[in-house]
Amino acid sequence: MNPVNYLYLAALLFTIGAAGVLIRRNAIVVFMCVELMLNACNLTLVAFSRMHGNLDGQIVAFFTMVVAAAEVVVGLAIIVSLFRSRHSASVDDASLMKL
Amino acid sequence: MENLIALLVAAPLLGAAVLLCGGKRLDRAGHWLGTLLAAASFVIGAVLFFDMLGRDTGERALHQHLFSWVPVESFRADIAFQLDQLSMTFVLLITGVGTLIHVYSIGYMEHDERRRRFFGYLNLFLSAMLLLVLADNYLLLYFGWEGVGLASYLLIGFWQHKPSAATAAKKAFLVNRVGDMGLSIAIMLMFTTFGTFAFGPVLAATGQASEGMLTAIGLMLLLAACGKSAQVPLQSWLGDAMEGPTPVSALIHAATMVTAGVYLITRSGAIFNAAPDAQLAVVVVGAVTLLFGAVVGCAKDDIKKALAGSTMSQIGYMILAAGLGPIGYAFAIMHLVTHGFFKAGLFLGAGSVMHGMNDEVDMRKYGGLRKYMPVTFVTFGLGYLAIIGFPGLSGFWSKDKIIEAAFAKGGTEGWILGAVTLLGAGITAYYMTRVMIMTFFGEKRWQPAPDAGAVPSAEPAAEDHAGRMPHPHESPKSMTIPMILLAFGSVFAGGLFSFNSAFVNWLEPVTAFEHGHPPISAGAVTASTVVVLLTGVGIAYAQYGRRPVPVVAPRGSLLTRAARRDLLQDDFNHVVLVRGGEHLTRSLVYMDHTLVDGVVNGTAASVGGLSGRLRKLQNGFARSYAVSMFGGTAVLIAATLLMRGV
Amino acid sequence: MTTMSFPLLTVTAVLPAAGAILTAAVPAARRTAAKWLALLVSLGTLVLAALVVVRFEPGGERYQLTESHAWIKDFGVRYELGVDGIGVALIALTALLIPFIVLAGWHDADPLETQSKRWRPTQGFFALILMVEAMVILSFAATDVFLFYILFEAMLIPMYFLIGGFGDRAHTGTDDNAAAQRSYAAVKFLLYNLAGGLIMLAAVIGLYVVAGNFSLTEIAAARASGELEMAANTERLLFLGFFLAFAVKAPLWPLHTWLPNAMGEATAPVAVLITAVVDKVGTFAMLRYCLQLFPEASKWATPAIIVLALISIVYGALLAVGQRDIKRLIAYASISHFGFIIMGIFAMTSQGQSGATLYMVNHGISTAALMLVAGFLITRRGSRLIADYGGVQKVAPVLAGTFLVGGLATLSLPGLAPFVSEFLVLVGTFARYPVAGVIATFGIVLAALYTLVLYQRTMTGPVKEEVRAMPDLKARELAVITPLIALLLFLGVYPKPLTEIVDPAVRHTMSDVQQKDPRPEVEAAK
Repeated sequence: MNPVNYLYLAALLFTIGAAGVLIRRNAIVVFMCVELMLNACNLTLVAFSRMHGNLDGQIVAFFTMVVAAAEVVVGLAIIVSLFRSRHSASVDDASLMKL
Repeated sequence: MENLIALLVAAPLLGAAVLLCGGKRLDRAGHWLGTLLAAASFVIGAVLFFDMLGRDTGERALHQHLFSWVPVESFRADIAFQLDQLSMTFVLLITGVGTLIHVYSIGYMEHDERRRRFFGYLNLFLSAMLLLVLADNYLLLYFGWEGVGLASYLLIGFWQHKPSAATAAKKAFLVNRVGDMGLSIAIMLMFTTFGTFAFGPVLAATGQASEGMLTAIGLMLLLAACGKSAQVPLQSWLGDAMEGPTPVSALIHAATMVTAGVYLITRSGAIFNAAPDAQLAVVVVGAVTLLFGAVVGCAKDDIKKALAGSTMSQIGYMILAAGLGPIGYAFAIMHLVTHGFFKAGLFLGAGSVMHGMNDEVDMRKYGGLRKYMPVTFVTFGLGYLAIIGFPGLSGFWSKDKIIEAAFAKGGTEGWILGAVTLLGAGITAYYMTRVMIMTFFGEKRWQPAPDAGAVPSAEPAAEDHAGRMPHPHESPKSMTIPMILLAFGSVFAGGLFSFNSAFVNWLEPVTAFEHGHPPISAGAVTASTVVVLLTGVGIAYAQYGRRPVPVVAPRGSLLTRAARRDLLQDDFNHVVLVRGGEHLTRSLVYMDHTLVDGVVNGTAASVGGLSGRLRKLQNGFARSYAVSMFGGTAVLIAATLLMRGV
Repeated sequence: MTTMSFPLLTVTAVLPAAGAILTAAVPAARRTAAKWLALLVSLGTLVLAALVVVRFEPGGERYQLTESHAWIKDFGVRYELGVDGIGVALIALTALLIPFIVLAGWHDADPLETQSKRWRPTQGFFALILMVEAMVILSFAATDVFLFYILFEAMLIPMYFLIGGFGDRAHTGTDDNAAAQRSYAAVKFLLYNLAGGLIMLAAVIGLYVVAGNFSLTEIAAARASGELEMAANTERLLFLGFFLAFAVKAPLWPLHTWLPNAMGEATAPVAVLITAVVDKVGTFAMLRYCLQLFPEASKWATPAIIVLALISIVYGALLAVGQRDIKRLIAYASISHFGFIIMGIFAMTSQGQSGATLYMVNHGISTAALMLVAGFLITRRGSRLIADYGGVQKVAPVLAGTFLVGGLATLSLPGLAPFVSEFLVLVGTFARYPVAGVIATFGIVLAALYTLVLYQRTMTGPVKEEVRAMPDLKARELAVITPLIALLLFLGVYPKPLTEIVDPAVRHTMSDVQQKDPRPEVEAAK
């Protein structure tokens, strides 16, 4: 199978993720969409790794996974504490960090 | 002997220091100390004078080098003195008249609680004036020059609680500063031209400098002289300076300080001799002021201001004579000395009249005072005869010579100058006769106090005027004796000086002398002088002696009204300088605030405004941040691709 | 370069710094002790500065009492000190003025009744003054460009707090507006000087890139011997970077507007500290850094600088005439005087530069005299407005007399110290730029105008009701003003001790910029 198709898939996933981040208000959904974008990137990296025949892309993908895992830990904790304090998971309600 | 020169300056300086820093403890004896030190200076001056007489003409000049004042590379200014015949003349005049006026002030200022300070200032003045005439370089002369300016400022404004006195003092200092500017530029020019500003080297090297440069120096020196000697166009301060106590007017604004300009020009004779254009300017200034002062003197009803106009005019004579070059220097100085005697005497007389008349200065409220103040009348009268140039008295000898020298200038100029000086003599006779008649003759125009004598002699303080009546009386001995002595000088000095041309020979080694040859004979000049002066006296008598003098001044002709206002010079100054200056400073203050500060504040404000607008982007919505991130990334990627495409 | 066994310069600077820390540590209740401590420390510094003057040999090497230690090795930054005659004169001036500033400000920082008992403004006030003294002395002694830069910037911090934290008592209290104005003045002071400083930092780094080290003596020597060539444009840019910073500090028109605000809002002693001490670092640095490091660029910029200096002279004087506030008037007068100093420096004649150096010292003393008396006056009446006074000489003759002497010094009356320096600057400028010299002499007329108008409006005329009960100068105030006046008189008649110290340094600077005095016309013609 032509590895380029993976790239198309990754682009599709990334776009869905990006659209979700921009459109959805629910923090959990936004968060999931961010994960989707990260994974789309991972897919790209692995696909390129395969196409060019070296392992760099796969190594970076592992890094991304580790970062994503850390992000989930911190991000979910923030969302949970936000939900506790304001009884809502909408990102638009958390707009206090402005000047 | 030369070591005594510094003492001349030091004695009064010591007096000033002690009196001004000494505090109230010295209130009781301060005036004696001041007088004593002035007299000490005179005695030292006399000793030096006789010592000088004992030496040959060529070796009369003495030099004393005290210490180096400002030594910077090639710029060398020393505290060093030079006592030659010209300085000697001034030393004797300053200390002599100065001492007499100290004595006079003991009586005149008797009731002033700040008398100690007055004497301190007087001593300061003497010291600075002596420094001025004894300096051996122009920078030290400048030191004395500004020093007398300061003393004059302090003394004019002595009664500082009167706003008019404070204003007059400030005005005098400021106008003088304009002149001082001339002197400092002259010194700078000398330094760049000759590399020095000591009298000896500069005056000896005039031959090597270009005429243009010498003219520039001469004109700057003239500007300085105009300021100090109240010559047109810087004369406006002298009339106002009469706000000061009368002894001050006599000493500083008649006999000594105001003649410093004449000294400066005479001292710098070598420069002027080599710069005919500058000399012409000097003569013109002298001639204009001579008439200007005389006209102003005719219109004033304030006795002191009339005398001030006269001073201006007489100094005009001296400046004119000094501008004539070697034919005039000696006569300028001679007139200066005789003028010192009779004008100081006249002012002291005026002070004595005011002392008796409760500080009234308006001559229209005098009249018939000769019976009440006989000594004052006689001394003032002798001074009057001297100043108008009555044959035989001091003023005659000196003024007549100046008129002769003016004619001797030669050509059309000579005729014009001669005519001006003659006309001036006539006007002098007119206004002095007017002063004399209005003050001492005619009927009383004042209301005598009911119990004259019971009221203590009023001290010159504005508050005292209320409700007091004049009670004319003769002044105390301390005041009359100096007047008598000065009257002697007014009568005899001129004759003494002219005997065998003593004065001219005395000064000749310093100022050089050439006999002027007037186109008409000297006898004719003298005769016409006498005729002119008799005419002046006659007109004045016709106007003021034969008719009663109105107590309220009549409106008068256009010229009279202009002359009362100092020929509108003050109005001119007010409109152009004061008003213009006010507008200038006000608009500059505004500009500094709005423009200079505004540029900086504007920058700050625009940065602030920009950030305020940018701040709106930080709305706190995570998704809008995400949009800008995506947008930014998209732009970056697009740009990268585009660039690669190119 | 000789190595000195005893680091006299460091000690002279460390003493006030240590004194500052000690003063700051004095407990709140022992306020008076803090004052005496500060006074003693400042007097001790004066003794050390006197020692510097004595140890300095005018005819000796250019930089004396040198010290040199490695500091930041990687960048070639060294802790290098050394003084020439100009530095000695200014260190002496600084050390001389601080005791008077301390004494004059004795009660300026007493806490108000309403403030908390634990509040310690007095300690802070005097500690900050001593801190400024330490930094200023060190900056006059530094011969390492980086060290100088650090000090040049660091002294802004204590000055900021002195201006913003201790306002004029004429305004303190509940008046919010006054507090706002004060903080405006302090921020303006800081921003202006920081902006200048940042530009200078860029130039300092640029200099390092070009020269490879920060040592003033080494760079200057390399410049003089031709080892270190700079492209004309590089030199000019670096020069401008340094000059702008100094021109803000000095201050030169049109960078001057912070000074009237700062001097107006600060207490009189702090105003003296600003204009008589701190600002001198700016003019001093022009002489030492601009001329030595960038001689060609200095000559290139001279015409423009002379013009700006002339504008400062006339403009400052005219604005002084138009002021209604006593302290702002003195501030504008100072701007005019700084114009004279800068003109003297850049006239590039030995008279001009000697005059400028003397001017720095004399202006320090004369402004201190005038401003401190003005401060005494303002404290008595509680107002800075000229119109609120009148007839003071009748009720307080000694105060009026000293005020007049201070004023006469400001208008450069012969016999008082500023005359000598002003005339030297004028002559020095005139010799090279006659037109500029003539225009500058107008400054002396204007100086008479603003001084005498100030004196007339405040001191003469009928006594105003509000000043009728005004007491005359007290012993402490007399102790401040009498020595200053004595010094003005002494240096006016016998400035030789000062010129002897300064002259060799000026000769060195003149040879740095490769300039000779113009020869007199008569000699030149021969």
